[in-house]
Amino acid sequence: MSAGHRRLDIEEVGDVTVARFVDKKILDEGNIQIIGNQLFSLVEEEGRKKIVLDFSNVEYLSSAALGKLITMEKKVKAAKGKLRLCAVRPDIYEVFAITKLNKLFDMRDNQQAALEGF
Amino acid sequence: MPDTDEFYDEFPSDTARGREVQERIVCELENRGFAPRDVFGVRLALEEALVNAIKHGNKMDPDKVVKVHWQVSSEHVRVVIEDQGEGFTVSEVPDPTEDENLDKPGGRGIMLMRSFMSLIEYNDRGNQLTMEKRKDADD
Repeated sequence: MSAGHRRLDIEEVGDVTVARFVDKKILDEGNIQIIGNQLFSLVEEEGRKKIVLDFSNVEYLSSAALGKLITMEKKVKAAKGKLRLCAVRPDIYEVFAITKLNKLFDMRDNQQAALEGF
Repeated sequence: MPDTDEFYDEFPSDTARGREVQERIVCELENRGFAPRDVFGVRLALEEALVNAIKHGNKMDPDKVVKVHWQVSSEHVRVVIEDQGEGFTVSEVPDPTEDENLDKPGGRGIMLMRSFMSLIEYNDRGNQLTMEKRKDADD
């Protein structure tokens, strides 16, 4: 995949992989597909077990993006890994709360809180 | 309402075109001083509704169109979105918040529209959606 299509910034903090979304809006279906594939490859190809998804750049996301996050949670769980979400702004948090996905995901206020005790 | 403006657009089943209409409507709201939280909610509801019309209604058929009427005033926005699909029964869409449905796709879009808008309503056939957001509405 070309660098121009990379939709996640990946950083290693100890044994934890922090993936930060590059986009402000996660709406476009093609884009969501690419993001999904990049997320899944962290678990399926690279075998990473502790993953933090950092939403600090994200201003909008749609239910199509939520579907990918749910699949990611399942894949990480199947690989006996752990997934945490962090830095979700209040508007976006409301989207998770309305759909009760705040119960499914382990969500932390910021990256530091997500890394603590991971 | 005296300051109400009405608009109409129709476009083939293409999500990029749907997003252009979304931008036009959002722009109208921003120009009329809708609060950022309202604009966020309306944008999200439009995204879900237009993608539903294009993907699930028209099944991406480029020969079918989506028709959008909208009305904006300083107090409200009302949008009617019609696709040329077979329609569906909204009550048959599974509740995405039930434990057994939590990891299934679908249903979440309608739920978000219902939550962020003051009103959403489908016609009997299920191919036409009316949604409205009233400014300062307590929802």
